Amino acid sequence: MEGTLRSVMHSQRPRLTLSACLALVLVGAAVALIAYYAPEDADQGLSQKIFYFHVPIALTAYACFGWAAWKAFRHLSRRQAGADLESYVAVHIGVIFGVLTLATGSIWARISWGVWWTWGSDQLVLFLVLFLFYCAYMMLRFSVADGPQRANLCAVYALFGVVLIPVSFFAIRLSQDFIHPVVFNQHGPQMAGSMLLTLCVAYAALLALASTLYRIEVAGKRIEKRLRELKELRA
Amino acid sequence: MTAAEQYVAAAYLVVFVVVLLYVLIIAAKLQRLEQSIQDLTVAGEAASDEPAREPPRPSASQQGQLGAVEAHLS
Repeated sequence: MEGTLRSVMHSQRPRLTLSACLALVLVGAAVALIAYYAPEDADQGLSQKIFYFHVPIALTAYACFGWAAWKAFRHLSRRQAGADLESYVAVHIGVIFGVLTLATGSIWARISWGVWWTWGSDQLVLFLVLFLFYCAYMMLRFSVADGPQRANLCAVYALFGVVLIPVSFFAIRLSQDFIHPVVFNQHGPQMAGSMLLTLCVAYAALLALASTLYRIEVAGKRIEKRLRELKELRA
Repeated sequence: MTAAEQYVAAAYLVVFVVVLLYVLIIAAKLQRLEQSIQDLTVAGEAASDEPAREPPRPSASQQGQLGAVEAHLS
């Protein structure tokens, strides 16, 4: 009994430690680059430094939702064991990064545009729709009893949700929205090389952080599930 | 501290606080799981230490019946 749980914990430990160390190093490097290496923006000044975390956080949220859809697909197509749980955890982490995207974006909007929120920007509204869609995923998951039916319903929902990601990403580029800045267009990144390097390091840092949180959460959920099963066996 | 500095600091602080809160919640949850594992281990050890139960002895009337059957068979 104890051995089973220990094997669950020990099998995750080396990769988890490596992932946590990588996240720590990359976050430290990103903060150092933002503070000392990246130049101040000519138009926005210091407030543009929010960009180096705001954009990677949003992209990480997209990555989490994409990963959740992939795991949902694996659950539906191959009945992969644990894919439903992994899909749920990816959505969970994605929602947390979604909250951070909205919070940091709101602070940046306040200093740049003078308002905390504007309904006139398609990018903001579409991201909010995406975020609320995945919040509703949580409501769906916790309103259906645990079992294959819930797993299938959640997998289908997560697969539908992934369609919103390219809509959110490309709609701003297709529409006439001049409020929200677009730095990646068809001519490539519209920024200096030092800024792009800082952005890439920050993105790598946030992906590593999200990956670490994901691994911890999945390991915790698996142990919790095994414990529940063992308690039921004992009862 | 200028307004821009305050807003930038606030944005980074929000990220730090949310991640910290999340890590704290996960740490508390893992601590609870560890406690549950410990409780189950103690309960399992206590169960394995208990002496094996002896089968119930037959009553006097049952013993009499058994004796009669044995005598009949022999």
